[in-house]
Amino acid sequence: MATNRASYDETQYSTLNLGPTHPATHGIFQNVLTMDGEIIVDAVSTVGYIHRAFEKLAEHRPYNQITTITDRLNYCSAPINNMGWHMTVEKLIGAEIPKRAQYMRVIIMELSRIADHIVCDTVIAVDTGAMTGFLHMMQYREAIYEIFEEICGARLTTNIGRIGGLERDFSPKAWDKINVFMREFPKALTEFQKLVDRNRIFMDRTINVGPISQEMALDYGFTGPNLRAAGVDYDVRVASPYSSYEDFQFDIPVGTNGDTYDRYMVRMEEMWQSYGIIQQAIKNMPDGSFHADLPEFYLPPKQDVYSKMEALIYHFKIVMGETEIPKGEVYHAVEGGNGELGFYLVSDGGRQPFRLHFRRPCFIYYQAYTEMIKGGLLSDAILTMSSMNVIAGELDA
Amino acid sequence: MSSIAIDIHPTYKPEGLEGQGFFATSLDKVVGLARKNSLWPLPFATSCCGIEFMATMASHYDLARFGSERLSFSPRQADLLMVMGTISKKMGPVLRQVYEQMAEPKWVLSMGACASSGGIFDTYSVLQGIDRIIPVDVYIPGCPPRPEQVLEGILKIQQLAESEERRRRESPEYKALLAKYGIE
Amino acid sequence: MSELLEIVREKLQNKFEGALLNAEMQYDYPVFTLEKSNTKVILQFLKEDPDLNFHFLTTMCGLHHPENAPEQEFALMYQLHNMPKNWRIRIKTYMSKQDLDMPTVTDIWKTAGWMERQEFDFFGFNFVGHSNLTRILNMDEMNYHPMRKEYPLEDAMREDKDDKMFGR
Repeated sequence: MATNRASYDETQYSTLNLGPTHPATHGIFQNVLTMDGEIIVDAVSTVGYIHRAFEKLAEHRPYNQITTITDRLNYCSAPINNMGWHMTVEKLIGAEIPKRAQYMRVIIMELSRIADHIVCDTVIAVDTGAMTGFLHMMQYREAIYEIFEEICGARLTTNIGRIGGLERDFSPKAWDKINVFMREFPKALTEFQKLVDRNRIFMDRTINVGPISQEMALDYGFTGPNLRAAGVDYDVRVASPYSSYEDFQFDIPVGTNGDTYDRYMVRMEEMWQSYGIIQQAIKNMPDGSFHADLPEFYLPPKQDVYSKMEALIYHFKIVMGETEIPKGEVYHAVEGGNGELGFYLVSDGGRQPFRLHFRRPCFIYYQAYTEMIKGGLLSDAILTMSSMNVIAGELDA
Repeated sequence: MSSIAIDIHPTYKPEGLEGQGFFATSLDKVVGLARKNSLWPLPFATSCCGIEFMATMASHYDLARFGSERLSFSPRQADLLMVMGTISKKMGPVLRQVYEQMAEPKWVLSMGACASSGGIFDTYSVLQGIDRIIPVDVYIPGCPPRPEQVLEGILKIQQLAESEERRRRESPEYKALLAKYGIE
Repeated sequence: MSELLEIVREKLQNKFEGALLNAEMQYDYPVFTLEKSNTKVILQFLKEDPDLNFHFLTTMCGLHHPENAPEQEFALMYQLHNMPKNWRIRIKTYMSKQDLDMPTVTDIWKTAGWMERQEFDFFGFNFVGHSNLTRILNMDEMNYHPMRKEYPLEDAMREDKDDKMFGR
């Protein structure tokens, strides 16, 4: 009997719009999937639903106001972006930052890396159905928020630090909160690991889901935990150390398959490594100043502004943007929560950058998403996206 | 351990006539009480405010104790559209479509500076406030607002929900409001 | 890092006579300025040469210099990275507004796919040979390239913000 076997394959594909508003896509991305039943045959990605024109905005703001823009890039770990920007400007002006300020920056950056990985890992678990881990671990993200609030006043979009160091030393209350966090975090993370890591359902859902090979990952420009899960041990903190990372002893966790389970485990192990770095930083914290001696860029203390003449003049020049900025172009990269976050700054001597380009890791590796989900199921596509930790703010800038 | 006398009010009672086995009050008040304590929000989270909303939903600043336990991601089943984060011009039509798909009565909460007025992003690609395309009931300022501010915004929505006239959605003033936005 | 400048300069001058317009150190990066016509060939050489092995394209971006001469108004910048040896260099090439055609490098590094789309969206570079050169971040209906210096940051249509008060 003649059935339409020949035309079965092509005409039976359905189109599914995994649209911009979707509960499980963390951020607004649209993927139009061509599906053969439950299996994804093809996918077309649309991004740009939260394009806020950061690069154009940065050309119209003075240097110290751009920190607030960098906050909104990878907003789950905003302090890393802030520090990266400050280090870029310090590279441009050729400033030397004292050791104490560098160690304080390391503590803040590693705390925010832990916060970012808490969100990513718990949300991978939530997408497989395990809500409990999320609710328990968010308490520790709240504890980190409280530490940031004590240091700078804000929880999420922190605007921490200044060009030349930090705005104030850690208060005793901040040290208390950090010590309490350091005491209680290992127990909670071990508990979460016991619930999820070797859980049969979780492993079945995540092993061999959304794999990517080493060559393809490098070709697509992956960096960060996604690249390390594929087997390449590239970490900007080790390859081009900044802010005294060479003083610390830590390992780089590396996966084998590049699948979702590896990405989850790499982030989990990175949280332990960050914890170790913070311990070392607290133990070896040097004495000294929390900011560099940069009268042209770092605001003088208020009692000096009201009493001394040159402090008043410097304050005026900094706030009105009259300081001399060298001309040139500089690129500085930091290890963000998702990979190598780079800042390419071109300065023409004016109070605003001439061009500021952000090398955003999420934007670069999200290209490979459509390749990674082909041939998989729809639920695997959701897990792949959440394990890649795609943050909409960083993707669209 | 001495026992402490605690004055417990499970929920506040509207004004009415009470007796043995009955409680008489006006229908509006009962409907308002039911509506306000069982709002189903639709979290339309786009950026950083979405992460603060996640913190509000988590156990520290629990949103579920105000009745919003069940988040609905389908607009057809939601009462409260919470717009959290920057809405760009590319996203505007999507937001409008989601709003139009919701059934009456519906409320809109604009969380954060970006949704209320464009925030710090005074750029060519960002919609300067969602009230250019949909009517908004409560604005929560902040960048991002603290979870306590979000809870206050939800409480204000609850005040609106309980004190709304039952026939407001069919009144000519409401229809004129929708017509101003071009929504039928 | 200036040894890297010498190594790459020597290799390029041996293989491509006269193609290197300028080689200098900008802070800690060797920056090489090339002619647009042989940029792609040189980039391919930089990736495939076994000693240089710049297998990773870190980033690329476009620049608009209206203050330059018209033949140098637009520029493209590529940053290459050799992870095993930790070598990083920057390649720049200038072009004029009328001649924004540039061969695509997506066949050398797949990561350039979206990067080139972003630069097309922002500046209007036309990458010849790209499989899908459409706008990526802005709306498809937009008919100008917003990152060029002649266009303002703010939306031209907004009526509620008073420019006199906002100091623009």
